[in-house]
Amino acid sequence: MAQRNNKSTKTTIKLKKVLTGIRGFDEITNGGLPKDRTTIISGNTGCGKTVMSMEFLAKGALEYGEPGVFLSFEETGDELIVNMESFGFDLENLIKKKKLYVEFLEIDKSQIIETGNYNLEGLFVRLENAIDKVGAKRVVLDSLDALFGGLDYEILREEIKRLFKWLKQKGITALVTSETGNKVIIRESIEQHVADCVILLDNRVINQTSSRRLRILKMRGSVHGNNEYPFIIDRDGMSVLPLTSELKNQSLSTHRITSGIKDLDVMLDGKGFFRGSSILVSGSAGTGKTSVAISLINETCKQKMRGLYCAFEESVSQITRNMLSIGLKIDPFINSGLLRFYSSRPSLENLELHLISIRKIIDEFKPEIIVLDPVTNLMSEGINSEVRLLLAHFVDFLKGRNITTLFTAAITLETIKSNPSDEGISAMMDAWILVRDIETNSERNRGINVLKSRGMNHSTQVREFVITDKGINLLPIYLSPEGVLTGSAKLEHTLHKDEKIELHKNKIKNEKGKIARKRELLQEKTDLLKSQLESEIDELNKAKAKYDLKEQKNESNKTEILNLRNRTKSSSEKSKGRNK
Amino acid sequence: MSKPIRQSRYKYGAAPGRGAKPEYILRLFVSGLLENSVRAIKNINEICEKHLKDNYELEIIDIYQQPELAISEQIIVIPVLIIKHPLPERRLIGDLSDIEKVLQILNRN
Repeated sequence: MAQRNNKSTKTTIKLKKVLTGIRGFDEITNGGLPKDRTTIISGNTGCGKTVMSMEFLAKGALEYGEPGVFLSFEETGDELIVNMESFGFDLENLIKKKKLYVEFLEIDKSQIIETGNYNLEGLFVRLENAIDKVGAKRVVLDSLDALFGGLDYEILREEIKRLFKWLKQKGITALVTSETGNKVIIRESIEQHVADCVILLDNRVINQTSSRRLRILKMRGSVHGNNEYPFIIDRDGMSVLPLTSELKNQSLSTHRITSGIKDLDVMLDGKGFFRGSSILVSGSAGTGKTSVAISLINETCKQKMRGLYCAFEESVSQITRNMLSIGLKIDPFINSGLLRFYSSRPSLENLELHLISIRKIIDEFKPEIIVLDPVTNLMSEGINSEVRLLLAHFVDFLKGRNITTLFTAAITLETIKSNPSDEGISAMMDAWILVRDIETNSERNRGINVLKSRGMNHSTQVREFVITDKGINLLPIYLSPEGVLTGSAKLEHTLHKDEKIELHKNKIKNEKGKIARKRELLQEKTDLLKSQLESEIDELNKAKAKYDLKEQKNESNKTEILNLRNRTKSSSEKSKGRNK
Repeated sequence: MSKPIRQSRYKYGAAPGRGAKPEYILRLFVSGLLENSVRAIKNINEICEKHLKDNYELEIIDIYQQPELAISEQIIVIPVLIIKHPLPERRLIGDLSDIEKVLQILNRN
């Protein structure tokens, strides 16, 4: 019994919890079921109440050292042992080791006749007896409904209250199962007042596939999620998908991982993707998404990283064969155990089932990279809010483990226009590589474009990519006056251009030749003129020279004459003088 | 809770060794000396002495003393009177205050 505390001191008596060992359940309840209290599991037929309660006991005995008692009103001990085997519970072994005690309580309603007042002391005695046999700390009563047939409700209600109290005093954490909707009034009263914790299980059918859901209706003394959590039951027992709305604070790595396509790495800031990031490769059918995915896986396997490839459209052998044709040999990686495949047609199974199964493989195989190809196949009705939550949670889970993820999807920018919720997938991803069709002249070529890549300076170019038998190659972009050209148009244009260039070259040569000739001609002419000019100048010079000579002669003649005249004159003067 | 009481008691209407098997073979399961059990014991004794008169075999079993019998007889409700003979086996739950009903069941056979 808890001690009475002084009113002056504030103490927080935390509700202790007991781990159930059921995958995912301990997470959504923050520690399991309330200790020393009784929990009611309520659900329709076949929803998994017995499996859940048996797993609670089995895990308690195996993993937490707490023996258990299973009191069954529905099945005999032998039937139970056989039935539970298919879920991976080896009950016989546990019983042998005195870790588990199973007892069948038969209530034959037809034989019951009331003659007065009574109680359920017989049940108490048997329960105590059973608990003492193995020293049990966990008890299951399956199911409460069996008691309600033929017995007085008032008495039952009181006795059940007494039973829960009794279990609490004994320090036993108990699970009691009941069918929903049965004896609703009584049940409501018990669920509302008597039980400390009520869990609802549901097994509904949507679009021909069965979907299991778990919901914590109430848990006294504890904050709990109110939503429905999907779960599956398979040969490992029960697994709950612990969806939480919190964004986990993950430590991110800055290491890079190559995409396996050299030129794509170049478009991604030269280094490739961030390790641990989520990548979406989308495009319409046949654009090569799987090839891109396999290029990545091929590269990571070469670097000895464990990879998990989830194939939802093609079989393993088909993928292996197809990848051989483009020069990617992944067989050796499969054989060495480095690459594992999870392959399943999702048509009749739902997303939760796949995600839980994949989580289990991840827990055991611990891959560093995972591919889901294609993820759109898992969503039979297109992406709605529940599916989006599941996917977002899955991406968070992978991020938390620092696993690099690549999803392929049949989403293009056009489909987003008609189906806006497709954008929801792309919003979750860190990087989005879009593979596009470029259609011109009734021919389709492929272009690749990094639409987004958080945290890096990526290229915004659309580059043409071709899938050759040596892998994927990216070609540089080809711009012409008519726009971007790819494929045969590009080829044509290139040829045309080459031709043009040739012609142009020729033309230039011709022109050059012409000019040369013209120049020559001109040169000749000039030479001619020059020589003419020279000859004329020569002549002129000659003429001038002649003239000069003449002039000179004249001058000299003149002077001579003058001289002569002067002499004569003087002589004549002389003579004149004499004559006087 | 469980108080030790006397071992299960037998009461033969007929002296042992008489030969003839009693018509009524009854087993009453009780839980120590709790209220309902005491009343049931009182009532069954009254019924047997008044109405069955030497033609019965009554065994009173305390489940605290003999829990294995509680298991083998599939006892959940206490007190319970099991009519082993005459067949078919019937169970009457409760402290047997409704004597009319008890007699009705007994006389039906």
